Amino acid sequence: MAEPVVKYKNVTKSFGEVDVLKGINLDIAPAEKIALIGPSGSGKTTIIRLLMTLEEPTSGIIEVNSQNLWQMEKKGKMVRANEKHLRQIRGDIGMVFQHFNLFPHMTILENCMTGPIHVKGQSKEEARKNAIEMLEKVGLGDKVDNFPNQLSGGQKQRVAMARALVMRPKVMLFDEVTSALDPELVGEVLEVIREIAKEGEMAMILVTHEMDFARDVADRIIFLEDGVISEQGTPEEVLGNTKSERLQKFLSRFRS
Amino acid sequence: MSPISQIGEIFPVLVQGLNTTILILITSAFFSFLVAFIAGFGRLSKNIILRKCTGFFVEIFRGTSLIIQLFWFFYALPILFGIDLGSEFWACVIAISMNYGAYMSETVRGSILSVSHGQTEAAIALNMSRFQRMKIVILPQAIRMMLPEFGNYLIQMLKATSLISLVGLADIVYKGQLYTNTNLSATPTVYLLILVFYFMIALPLIGLTKWAEKQSSKGVASQ
Ligand SMILES: Nc1ncnc2c1ncn2[C@@H]1O[C@H](COP(=O)(O)OP(=O)(O)O)[C@@H](O)[C@H]1O
Ligand SMILES: [Mg+2]
Repeated sequence: MAEPVVKYKNVTKSFGEVDVLKGINLDIAPAEKIALIGPSGSGKTTIIRLLMTLEEPTSGIIEVNSQNLWQMEKKGKMVRANEKHLRQIRGDIGMVFQHFNLFPHMTILENCMTGPIHVKGQSKEEARKNAIEMLEKVGLGDKVDNFPNQLSGGQKQRVAMARALVMRPKVMLFDEVTSALDPELVGEVLEVIREIAKEGEMAMILVTHEMDFARDVADRIIFLEDGVISEQGTPEEVLGNTKSERLQKFLSRFRS
Repeated sequence: MSPISQIGEIFPVLVQGLNTTILILITSAFFSFLVAFIAGFGRLSKNIILRKCTGFFVEIFRGTSLIIQLFWFFYALPILFGIDLGSEFWACVIAISMNYGAYMSETVRGSILSVSHGQTEAAIALNMSRFQRMKIVILPQAIRMMLPEFGNYLIQMLKATSLISLVGLADIVYKGQLYTNTNLSATPTVYLLILVFYFMIALPLIGLTKWAEKQSSKGVASQ
């Protein structure tokens, strides 16, 4: 098997007295699609926020391309990573948020150009061309000059995906990207993710409550419970006929 | 003298002072913004010493009155420390800029803090540096929020410039008072005209503030 693109080695995270993650071990293969499921508060968001460097782990190691994300070597000792070190590594990670977090003062096109221009050093023309291409791909080619507040939730979320995709990350994180949407808009967003997933080369971690979607898209489903990975396997193994009673109980909530 | 011919005589006198008032206002406005941003960022600094020092400066200037500060820069500093600010004009500008800059720094700080944290997180996810996050994502939104308050401060600042007549700078008020010294009967007309003058200068500022209020409601993700 290819060397994992991301490794969590016994990672824990506490907020004050609360132990949110209690020893996560997880290897993510290049291009692997992982669906992360579990009850609210089980730590799903926290797992991916640690990888995006939005939170710092309390202990343990996270590696990206075999490089230690949160620690760096300084005079022969491992010390806490500084901003420069984080920037070198997190360029391979991208994220789509539950509440989109589009930049409201920029047009849709500018939202998708700012990263490539300022971070990747692309020329304006190149960034514009790529951004338009990506926006067309997510079905928003006719909205490029609109501002975010002129779009529906589903459209906003598709822009957010285009904005992340033009950065060409190796790993893309999706944090319940349909939870803030009206039910009738969920489908269009999931459809775009399916398309991206089919293309292949990017690894994806999808935090989701959409079980049918997870079954379709994921190579592996991970069930997180109280800060530990309690079950994992192929969609058939996890969603089909699991022996775990707690997982069965969790899943039964999604069968109508 | 008829009121009309009175006005005809007083008007040019006040216009002489208009220069000073407007020049003081524009120069002080510029430096107030400068002080506001420096102090505002200082209060947001990660460095605790810098943060405390700026906080101290801000509270001193907010906690004492402009007129006393004006007297300090004008009379006390030169005597106590031999610091002579060079000209009366600059002494006034510095006093007004420090005073208003201190108030406005709170606006700068508050606006930056009120940009939703999700914006910073999205910028981190695009791998922007700290500086880029501030320049490209946070400040453009924060400044939209600052604009209306800045407009209000500008109008207040205009009114505050009249204090400089107390230390002998020849602004509108000073010229007007000088005139009343020799033409006591013209006093009501002089003060009426002074009112009109200030209102005329304030009008565009009021318009600017209204415009700023419209701008600020657009394109901001606030918490
Ligand atoms: N910044 C934070 N400060 C304190 N507690 C937090 C913070 N972020 C998350 N938590 C707590 O951590 C737990 C797990 O949160 P989260 O990872 O968001 O779970 P999930 O995404 O599975 O719902 C929750 O109990 C939540 O209250
Ligand atoms: Mg969550």
